[in-house]
Amino acid sequence: MSYLDYSLGTIPTGWRKLLHVLWPLVFLLSAVCAIGFLMLYSVAGGRLDTWAEPQMMRFAAGMVGMFIVGFVPIWVWRNSSVVAYAVSLVLLMAVDLVGEIGMGAQRWLEIGPLRLQPSELMKVSLVLLLAAYYDWLDVKRVSRPLWVLIPALLILLPTALVMKQPDLGTAILLLAGGGAVMFAAGVSLWYFATVIALVGGLVFAVVESRGTPWQLLQDYQFRRIDIFLDPGADPLGSGYNIMQAQIALGSGGWGGKGFMQGTQARLNFLPEKHTDFIFTTLAEEFGFVGAASLLTLYALIVAFCFQSAMRNRDRFGSLLTYGIGSTFFLFFAVNMGMVTGLMPVVGVPLPLVSYGGTAMIILLTAFGLVQSAHIHRPR
Amino acid sequence: MRRFPKLDLDMQRRTTRRGMLLAGLQGLFVGTLAYRMRHLQVEQAGEFQLMADQNSVKIRLIPPARGLIHDRKGVLIAGNEQNYRVTITREDVEDVPGVLHDLSRLITLPDDEIDRLIKDIDKRPPTLPITVAERLSWEEFSRVAVNAPVLTGITTEVGLSRFYPHGGDFAHVLGYVGPVSDYDLSKMQDPDPLLQIPKFQIGKLGIEAKYEDQLRGKAGTRRIEVNATGREMREIDRREGDPGANLRLTLDARLQNYVLARLGDNSAAAVVLDLQDGAVRAIASAPSFDPNLFVRGISSADYQTLTENDHRPLADKTVQGAYPPGSTFKMVTALAALEAGVTTPDETVYCRGYTELGDRRFHCWKKGGHGSVSMVESLEQSCDVYYYEMAQRVGIDKIADMARRLGVGVRPDLPMSAIAEGNAPTKAWKRERYGKEWLIGDTLNSGIGQGYVLASPLQLALMMARVATGKALEPRLVQAVNDVDVAVAAPESLGIPEAHLRPVRGGLFAVMNGKSGTARASRIAEPTMQMCGKTGTAQVRNISAGEHASGVVKNDNLPWKQRDHALFVCFAPADAPRIAVSIVIEHGGGGSTAAAPIARDILLQALYDGFPPLTAYPEGQRSLIEEQRKTLPLADPASFTGGSARA
Repeated sequence: MSYLDYSLGTIPTGWRKLLHVLWPLVFLLSAVCAIGFLMLYSVAGGRLDTWAEPQMMRFAAGMVGMFIVGFVPIWVWRNSSVVAYAVSLVLLMAVDLVGEIGMGAQRWLEIGPLRLQPSELMKVSLVLLLAAYYDWLDVKRVSRPLWVLIPALLILLPTALVMKQPDLGTAILLLAGGGAVMFAAGVSLWYFATVIALVGGLVFAVVESRGTPWQLLQDYQFRRIDIFLDPGADPLGSGYNIMQAQIALGSGGWGGKGFMQGTQARLNFLPEKHTDFIFTTLAEEFGFVGAASLLTLYALIVAFCFQSAMRNRDRFGSLLTYGIGSTFFLFFAVNMGMVTGLMPVVGVPLPLVSYGGTAMIILLTAFGLVQSAHIHRPR
Repeated sequence: MRRFPKLDLDMQRRTTRRGMLLAGLQGLFVGTLAYRMRHLQVEQAGEFQLMADQNSVKIRLIPPARGLIHDRKGVLIAGNEQNYRVTITREDVEDVPGVLHDLSRLITLPDDEIDRLIKDIDKRPPTLPITVAERLSWEEFSRVAVNAPVLTGITTEVGLSRFYPHGGDFAHVLGYVGPVSDYDLSKMQDPDPLLQIPKFQIGKLGIEAKYEDQLRGKAGTRRIEVNATGREMREIDRREGDPGANLRLTLDARLQNYVLARLGDNSAAAVVLDLQDGAVRAIASAPSFDPNLFVRGISSADYQTLTENDHRPLADKTVQGAYPPGSTFKMVTALAALEAGVTTPDETVYCRGYTELGDRRFHCWKKGGHGSVSMVESLEQSCDVYYYEMAQRVGIDKIADMARRLGVGVRPDLPMSAIAEGNAPTKAWKRERYGKEWLIGDTLNSGIGQGYVLASPLQLALMMARVATGKALEPRLVQAVNDVDVAVAAPESLGIPEAHLRPVRGGLFAVMNGKSGTARASRIAEPTMQMCGKTGTAQVRNISAGEHASGVVKNDNLPWKQRDHALFVCFAPADAPRIAVSIVIEHGGGGSTAAAPIARDILLQALYDGFPPLTAYPEGQRSLIEEQRKTLPLADPASFTGGSARA
């Protein structure tokens, strides 16, 4: 316990909360965002107004959101978790419905000037609800089948909706993020072993189903898998992204080509250079040093979350922090894994760096929940 | 509400343990990522740096040659011709508008075209060569080639472009290719990178569209090394693509050409089926249009001429047109009546010129009536009253059932565009479509092929083919893909007893050869080739009450648009059927005068696989036929020599 904790001996109130904010997290987040601005400035060819400036506005909004959420007592969030989940679910269904009417994939919901991606919201709400669920649940029942089934359904329902959009990246994030909370909550390891075995079997079935009338994936999704396994097979089609991303990454070398000196992104070799593939620009311009630094910053953010979670004696706050930390981890791990060619391209942005509608605001606000759990933890 | 946190030390420890485990797993993955980055960025850096260095190694697509289409005898009906064009590759160019402006001084390139190109170029991947201009003359082409060194990023190349050597003959069945549009792309998921090439040709209609996947082929790639100005220095390696599959159709180019020529200026459609296996030997819609115009990008003036023509050259009347089959439908009613057991072939019905139904009179086309007619006589003289009676006895639903078995009201499965389903109406259909009850008058009208009954010329030919053979033939157009024959199942029996088919065919024989047959003038004289047929006339307008009183206005005195459609279906030889023909002449008047002679000529042409001897025609007509042959606008016979394939 720090000196302040000791002298106050109780949960802070009012402006004193400022003293208890997990400041290292705030600094780390700001640093990552700052890298994001630099990269967006660079890929826009030295223009602020294309991507960097709107991104800064969102950063400001997100930071304000983080502090507001952080200052609200954690039990308020606990009590509103069911509502948050329900709202997210309804929005998700609404998006599916709108998409069906529009006859195509739709991920956005436009409410006036706001473009909201309910799946982003769901990532946070799901973690919130699961944490509240395990807080409420008697610890002796955690591993009983029925009580495992409930959170499993809570996870699968939005995952299925997101899959239908189809947004494989988000579906993976939801599944693994929810799984992380269950894991932290102490659900028996046997369940996880079973699920992993089942997923392995499913992957096998999916691959085997190819070409049969009941094939489980769309043809273009199969092609993505092929191309992941051998990007050279289709260097101008779907393999193009992966090939060019790796050229950009690899050509960065140790120290990179220097800020604004990347040729791959500037010459428009790179697709989605400002969203999913922005990491390649960083790696090209700042080399291994730059890439490793960003990776370290990300790892530190997760580490601080986990440290706070371990120290938190409030079960809800602790699980919530684990959940948000893990979701954040999945975000950057999947993106970097995909860009470096360790995983198939599934379309997940690099958190806080990629240019993206509401994603940054929601992510920063989610860290507000971590702050709230940290500030209002029992002493 | 303030709540007290649960303090369960044991649980807390467990959670912390799990947290550690989670952190450990995540740390492991972060380590893997770091290792992977090191691998790419430190160990393999040299290799990738080389690749990125001015991106000196470039990948280019090699567009495949589109599959050729031949007729059944190997005559080329869709090929590729050389096309001189100029392309631009964005990644090589600093100043796209500048280069295009320079280029516009060498070849004709209007300013609005330049603006459009600049927009287009921005949307496409930078490595794709984009067509700036094509079909250049040799002079223009060489002017650009000579100046190429100062025009960075501009490449001259000889590509292939679709060419239809027989012009309009196959326009409707083959369709045509055209440049891929944004709309085409929006319909596809993860489209072939080839399609990203602007002006890349894809099938838009007909077989070209239905067999697009096979005809297109697969792109090859070549990796080239270029210098700083983007000029190709050497080719590093090359992965050849696969050319598109070649198709051989069941069509006969020569017959098709004859059919179109014989249809002449009429707005008409004709279908020739081989009764062996349902192969379509000719399928022609007149007037036609030159599909090459569409490949090259049709001018708005040409397009307007086509759309404003009241004979609708762009419509494919053979499969898209749906016409009341008129009296040709009587064979369906007759077969339905026999199957239902409500009559026998020998039973006679008395025709006094009309049937009374309540206070309405349904007229036979012959005012005074036919007197007593049997089934054969009813077909021979096309007596309406006989079929009013039969339709009433059988009921509409059984007639519709028979019609479907013979192919009317069932969409044929052919690789052509916008195929009409036709209509075999039932009571339920009318209720659903119009919300009204079926009336007995509707049954009477349907029994003679008027009213709600609709069939396309293809369906009429199919109906004829099935009656002629008693087998459930299916039409087919593609004989072989890449010289591998398409498997055809032997047609099954329709399940209509021979005892029912025989009197119907007898009636159709009498139509042509009987003393009072309606199409006797168009018979075949050659005894081994004698034909069976049925005329039909489809009303286009309603006959007014005034006309009923004063007598129906003669067709010839009506404006073209209001005249009746003339229909004819036939097959031959009568005793061993080989070929079936259907023909519809829009607003041609009566089936026997307008349609039957043309159908007979086509039938003979198909039977003899060329011009038949004059002795096949009835004696009095031979000199006339000889005269007519000289004036037919046929194509040069040299263009039908097999295998004269251009590229």
